[in-house]
Amino acid sequence: MTAVAVAPAEARARQVWDRLGAVTDPELDESVTELGFVTDVDVADDGAVQIRFRLPTYWCAANFAFLMADDMRRAVLALPWATSAQVELGDHMYAEAINRGMAQGLAFRDAFDGEADGDLEEIRRTFILKAFQRRQEAVIRHLLDQDRDPAALRALDVDALRGLDVGAEGRRLVDRYLDLRQDVVGAGGPAFVDDGGAAITAEGWQAHLASLRRVWINTEFNGALCRGLLAARFSEDPPVPGAEPTLVDFIRQLPADGR
Amino acid sequence: MYRTKDGEEIFIIDGHVHLWDGRPENWKNVHGQQFIDCFYGYHTFLQPKDRQWSREKFYNYGAETMYNDLFVQGYDDMAIFQPTYLKDFYVNGFNTLEQNAVLKTKYPDRFILNGAFDPRDGEAGLARLEEDAATHGLKGVKLYTAEWKGDSKGYKLSDPGAQKFLERAEKLGIKNIHVHKGPTILPLNRDAFDVADIDDAATSFPNLNFIVEHCGLPRLDDFCWIATQETNVYGGLAVALPFIRNQPKYFAHVISQLLMWLGEDKLLYGSDYGIWTPDWLVEDLMAFELPEDITRETGAKLTLQAKKKILGLNAARLYDVDIEAKKAVLADARQSVAAE
Repeated sequence: MTAVAVAPAEARARQVWDRLGAVTDPELDESVTELGFVTDVDVADDGAVQIRFRLPTYWCAANFAFLMADDMRRAVLALPWATSAQVELGDHMYAEAINRGMAQGLAFRDAFDGEADGDLEEIRRTFILKAFQRRQEAVIRHLLDQDRDPAALRALDVDALRGLDVGAEGRRLVDRYLDLRQDVVGAGGPAFVDDGGAAITAEGWQAHLASLRRVWINTEFNGALCRGLLAARFSEDPPVPGAEPTLVDFIRQLPADGR
Repeated sequence: MYRTKDGEEIFIIDGHVHLWDGRPENWKNVHGQQFIDCFYGYHTFLQPKDRQWSREKFYNYGAETMYNDLFVQGYDDMAIFQPTYLKDFYVNGFNTLEQNAVLKTKYPDRFILNGAFDPRDGEAGLARLEEDAATHGLKGVKLYTAEWKGDSKGYKLSDPGAQKFLERAEKLGIKNIHVHKGPTILPLNRDAFDVADIDDAATSFPNLNFIVEHCGLPRLDDFCWIATQETNVYGGLAVALPFIRNQPKYFAHVISQLLMWLGEDKLLYGSDYGIWTPDWLVEDLMAFELPEDITRETGAKLTLQAKKKILGLNAARLYDVDIEAKKAVLADARQSVAAE
C-alpha cells in the first residue's frame, strides 16, 4: 500500500497560482495573474486556501469583480485537496459586499442586497463572445502578417488550422482561439466563423475582419487603461535598494496619511 | 494659437476642461479621495513623465495655473468648461458651474461655460436649469447618465423625464448636449457604457447636438454605428487623444475608425485638463500622420484640414464662435497686457 504523498504547502500554492492563471478578467480576456490582480495566496495545512486580489481602481465594475472572484473560488476548489477557498478583494468600493458574497457563497444579486438586478450569466456570455472575436482576430492578423492567402484561410477547417506550422507565437494564439471556439460554436467545421458558427464568405471577409478589428479596439482601450491605472495606483516600479527617499516617495505616501 | 511651419494660424477650441477642488478638506467621504486618486492614475499613466504633477498640485492647481497651462504654455485659444458636481463625494462639489464662472468673469473671451442637469431632479431641476441659463447664457450642458442618485443607478436619455429636460434645454437655447459615455464611476450591474439611448434622443431632438464624450469608448463600435445614422451626433476626443504619445498605433486605429464612420466634421478636440495638458496634445495631433497600412485598411485620412476642424472649427460651429472676430479681440487683449 502506498500512502498518498501530501504536497508541501509551497507546491500546493504553486498549484493554486497555476489554476488562477487560467482565470481571466472577463472584459479584458487576460489572465488575472498576468494582469497583476492577485497579490497573495496562502495555503493552510488543512487545505484551506486564501486568495487576495486587487483591481486597477476603486471604481472597477462590481459585476466583473464578482465574476473574477467567483471564477477564482471555483478554480481553486477544483483542486482535489482544497477544502475551502476564501477570496478577498481589497481597496474597492464594493469590497465588503463582494467579500461577504464570496464567504457565504451568495449569488451576485443577493450579495448586493437587491441593489443589483442584472443577470451575471448574460454578462458572462456577452464577454465570452467578445473574447472569441478578439482571439479570432489575433489569429487571422498573425496569419495575414505571414503573407498567407485570405482565400486559403477561409478554406481551413479546425483540424487544418491546428496542424498549421505557424511558429511559437502563432501556436499560442491558435490554441487560445480554438479553446474558446469550441465553447462558443462547438467542435469542428471551418476554422474561422461568425458568432453563429457559419463560414465567412469571400464577399463578407473584409467586413468580418473590420468588425473583429473594432472589438479589438474596444477591448484594448480598457486593457491599456487597466494596466496603466494598476501601475499608477500601486506604484509598481520597484524601489532602488538603499536609495534615499525622494519627493516622489513622500507624494506616494499622501493617500495613506488620510486627512 | 498654433502656428504651422508655413506660418498658418490654427485656432484651437478645447472642448473639455475642468477646474476642480480635489483637496482633502473638500472630501465628503472616502469616495472623494478615491475619485481624485483615480484621475491622478489617468494623469500619471498618459501625461508625459517630464510634465507630470505632484499629487498635491493635482488635487488643486488653481485658476491661474489653469489659465497659464491652457493659453500661455498651451495652444488653446478658448476652452469649454464641462462641470462635474459629485455632491455626494465633495462638500462643495467637485467642479461646478459656479466655480467655473469665476474664471469666465475674469477672462470672458477665453471660456465657454456649460451647465449640467439631472432629470431625476424633476421640477426643481427644471427651475434650476432656467435660472442657470438666464444667469450664464448657457449653450451647452454636460450630463452623466451613469451617476447614482438615491435608489437610482443612472438614467437614460430616452426616459420620459430626460425628454422633458431636453425639451426645456432646446427652448432655452441650450443646443449642445455633452454626454459622458466612457470610463465611468459607479457602474454596479448596468452597462454604463451603453450608447443606445443617444440614438433615441438624437432622433427625437434633431435641433440639438449630442456630443458623446470619450467617443463611447469602450463601445466604439456601437457608437460609430449610431453616429452614422444620426447627423446630430458628435464625438469628443477627451481620453482617446492622450494615447497618441505612448500608444500611437492604437490611437491611429481609433481616430481612423472615427474618421471613417463619423467623418472629420463630427469630432471635437478636448484635453480633459487638468488630467492632461493641451501643450503636448496639440503638438502631437498636429504632427500626427496615420500609418499607411491603417489608411489602406480604412481609407481614412487625417489631413491638415481635418485637424483644423477637430481642433477648433467644429466646436466654433456648435458654439457660434466667430473665429476672426475672436482672434482680433484676443490680439487686442494681448497688446494691452504687453502695454501695461
